[in-house]
Amino acid sequence: MAHWNPFIEMENLRREVDRAFEEHGVAQGPLNRVAFLPARGPRRYPLINLLEDEEHLYIEALTPGVDPDSLDVSVLRNRLTLSGEKTRIPADVQPEAFHRSERSAGKFVRTFDLPVEVAEERIQAEYKNGLLIITLPKAEKAKPRQVDVKVS
Amino acid sequence: MVAEKTVPQYGADEEVRKEETRSQEKYVTPAVDIYETLEGLVVKADLPGVAKDGLDLRVENNLLTIRGRAGHAAPGEPLYREYELAHFFRQFELNDKVDQLNISAELKNGVLTLKLPKAEEAKPRRIDVHVS
Repeated sequence: MAHWNPFIEMENLRREVDRAFEEHGVAQGPLNRVAFLPARGPRRYPLINLLEDEEHLYIEALTPGVDPDSLDVSVLRNRLTLSGEKTRIPADVQPEAFHRSERSAGKFVRTFDLPVEVAEERIQAEYKNGLLIITLPKAEKAKPRQVDVKVS
Repeated sequence: MVAEKTVPQYGADEEVRKEETRSQEKYVTPAVDIYETLEGLVVKADLPGVAKDGLDLRVENNLLTIRGRAGHAAPGEPLYREYELAHFFRQFELNDKVDQLNISAELKNGVLTLKLPKAEEAKPRRIDVHVS
């Protein structure tokens, strides 16, 4: 049974505030965050959506143009790490040949905590149309369980 | 050779209304790189979530239109969201130096690559000088 710990609450609040400033204010709705962010910067890359059904967690990451061979997904307990590299253009293009340069590129790594434990050995990842979809089966003990109450 | 034509034009990742229509759909302008090679121009656009049949490319009246319908790929009920996929829309005006009949396109890993070859008269030419 968890006890209420004011220090944990304070830590959580600090993280929430950090997160709000990371996104440059609260006015930004999810729609305004379709941008493709620099790999080395204060902002998080790649952006993810987390989904679930009864048996699985799903992560969809926004990773257009990332070489699928460079993508690496690793899970330790409930902590997931995503890394890879986005290559932008062939290396022989000179800087002066650019008319427009808006897409970002580089190496990235992002770690986040999953809300439940997952079965590490059965994780699958698929790269499709620039989106990375990771399917994480929930660990047996994390699944909801029905407890029968016996009447004596 | 290519000028931005999307109207109205804001920053690269801002939400754009696709012109004044009654359509309720939201569009965003995709980020693009355009660079020049000896053969022509290469346009690369990030279009995550756009499948091949959701992509609509047109050239008419010297106007190149990129339109992509993006869709989510993961099943399940959302728990936590950091982004929303909107449809993509962007236009560029081409001039006569682009050979508009021979534009080729490739969609791979969520990135659209367009090759716009230069028209013959726009290619660099070497002029041989004959010394008599």
